[in-house]
Amino acid sequence: MKILVPVKRVVDYNVKVRVKSDGTGVETNGVKMSMNPFDEIAVEEAVRLKEKGIATEIVAVSLGIPACAETIRTALAMGADRGILVETDVELQPLAVAKLLAAIAAKEQPGLMILGKQAIDDDMSATGQMLAAFLGWPQGTFASQLTFADGGITVKREVDGGMETVALSLPAVITTDLRLNEPRYASLPNIMKARKKPIETLKPADLGVDPTPRLKVLKVVEPAKRKAGVKVADVAELVMKLRTEAKVI
Amino acid sequence: MDFGLTEEQELVVRTVRDFVERELYPLEAQVERTGELPRELGREIQDKVLALGFYAPNIPAEFGGGGLDAVTFALLERELGRTSMALNHWWFRPSNILCAANAEQRDRYLLPCVRGERIDALAMTEPDAGSDVRGMKCFARRDGDDWIVNGTKHFISHADVADFVIVFIATGEEGSGKQSRKRITCFLVDRGTPGFEIRKGYNSVSHKGYHNCILSFDDCRLPSSQILGEEGLGFEVANTWLYATRITVATMCVGRARRAFDIALNYAAQRKQFGQQIGKFQGVSFKLADMITSIDAADLLTLSAAWRLDKGLPANREIAQAKLFASEMLARVTDEAIQIHGGMGLMDDLPLERFWRDARVERIWDGTSEIQRHIISRDLLRPLGA
Repeated sequence: MKILVPVKRVVDYNVKVRVKSDGTGVETNGVKMSMNPFDEIAVEEAVRLKEKGIATEIVAVSLGIPACAETIRTALAMGADRGILVETDVELQPLAVAKLLAAIAAKEQPGLMILGKQAIDDDMSATGQMLAAFLGWPQGTFASQLTFADGGITVKREVDGGMETVALSLPAVITTDLRLNEPRYASLPNIMKARKKPIETLKPADLGVDPTPRLKVLKVVEPAKRKAGVKVADVAELVMKLRTEAKVI
Repeated sequence: MDFGLTEEQELVVRTVRDFVERELYPLEAQVERTGELPRELGREIQDKVLALGFYAPNIPAEFGGGGLDAVTFALLERELGRTSMALNHWWFRPSNILCAANAEQRDRYLLPCVRGERIDALAMTEPDAGSDVRGMKCFARRDGDDWIVNGTKHFISHADVADFVIVFIATGEEGSGKQSRKRITCFLVDRGTPGFEIRKGYNSVSHKGYHNCILSFDDCRLPSSQILGEEGLGFEVANTWLYATRITVATMCVGRARRAFDIALNYAAQRKQFGQQIGKFQGVSFKLADMITSIDAADLLTLSAAWRLDKGLPANREIAQAKLFASEMLARVTDEAIQIHGGMGLMDDLPLERFWRDARVERIWDGTSEIQRHIISRDLLRPLGA
């Protein structure tokens, strides 16, 4: 089975994000960029499935500027077999990403697509679901455990109320939650091998997709600074404030 | 000229940095408190590094090592330098000098070290022979095809965990009068050899948990087959294989200085006094500017020395410059990082007092700052006949 793993280049999780002074977005100039941590979990899961003999080939896909090739290279160093870079300088939104990935899926015919449940930059958590809809495939989102049996897959999902288990037929779309696995470090032999693994470069037009944004960002602002709390003298005052000011009781 | 790292180098740096931050930082407080790293924990670190395929990264691939070039290896050690020697030495880089082993010695010493089955240590220094290594008193007398060794070595790093020690021993003298020179020979000495003892050394202010040891030889009998290289050519073997190891000190100083700097920078941006962040006071901000400038300078000096090794260019002076500058830079940077923190910088709740203590040895071991200056100036003056 072939597994397709989309990987997104995002601001590194250790970096303190700053809003651009003109309010159009966050500063990425001169900022350390890394693979979206949820996508690392997706790559790790694919590599484990290959080690178990369930997967035969892992293709890492990234969409965006040429520097996204670095993110693909990281996936290759973790154990992916080859890469596809869809190069564009258009700002990509989940709908366009889902369309592009669906077009790649039509071309590559994978048995499974594993995505991060969301990217840590805009936290949209939309691409996996839209992709499944475009493909007409079943989806197992927020997965914390995958079990393969009888040509299908059982997914344990993390939902608000606890764990939900769903059974899917293949091909399917999976999105990863934090507890699915702990990603490995890229090993030295794999880092050296990664250089020799091929990365194919495509344009959105090659896939017949128009990636033009449909959503317009009006303004990006920093979260409001937390104000200091107030001290209450006794329980009576606390209850009064909860009732009259906070209006929670 | 290209100052950028290759994609492979970026990945190596990232893997090593992640490993050091996630696997080794959490052990630092325990090592510092107890002055020990339990052997089992060391073994765990070794096993994790072996699984990564990063063990013995300095040893050529033909012997099963990582076969990294000098620049990539310097980058790897730079990231290892972020944590203490007590922890990072378990990411073993067997001494390059083992590559001088003959076929039989290779199977007994080099290859098991590369596989993580044996641990080596290296012994040169003696109580009466520090910078003046050729003045060593540890002496081997020939007896048939064997050598009988007597003498003492000290300051022998991590010999407490070593399975064998690479020891430099005098095996005679050549010339006479003022021209006389000791013949130095390099021996491989197994732990447990009768007459050879490895004892606990001194308590050092730097790198707690990374122990120095005292070796004593009391009529210790070694067959000639234990000689690494040839009799009387010990320093030639050392100069061929060990002259690049001073880069290790330089690049680790750079890694640790960056860590100290990041802590100081964040503190300067957060700590408020007199109604504003202390980083807004020129007294603090100019310190930060000087610190990062000297760190970057040391980084470039070190990497360019490594680059010369990769290009096959003479690098003895450049390596000495890197070792000298980076170790003195680390002393200043750790000192200023503490100054920016004020009293809190001296408390062991922060790692800064440890970096400051650890920094002290870097100007001494692997050739003091004065010896490095001697090497640098000799390299300049000798061609002019001075």
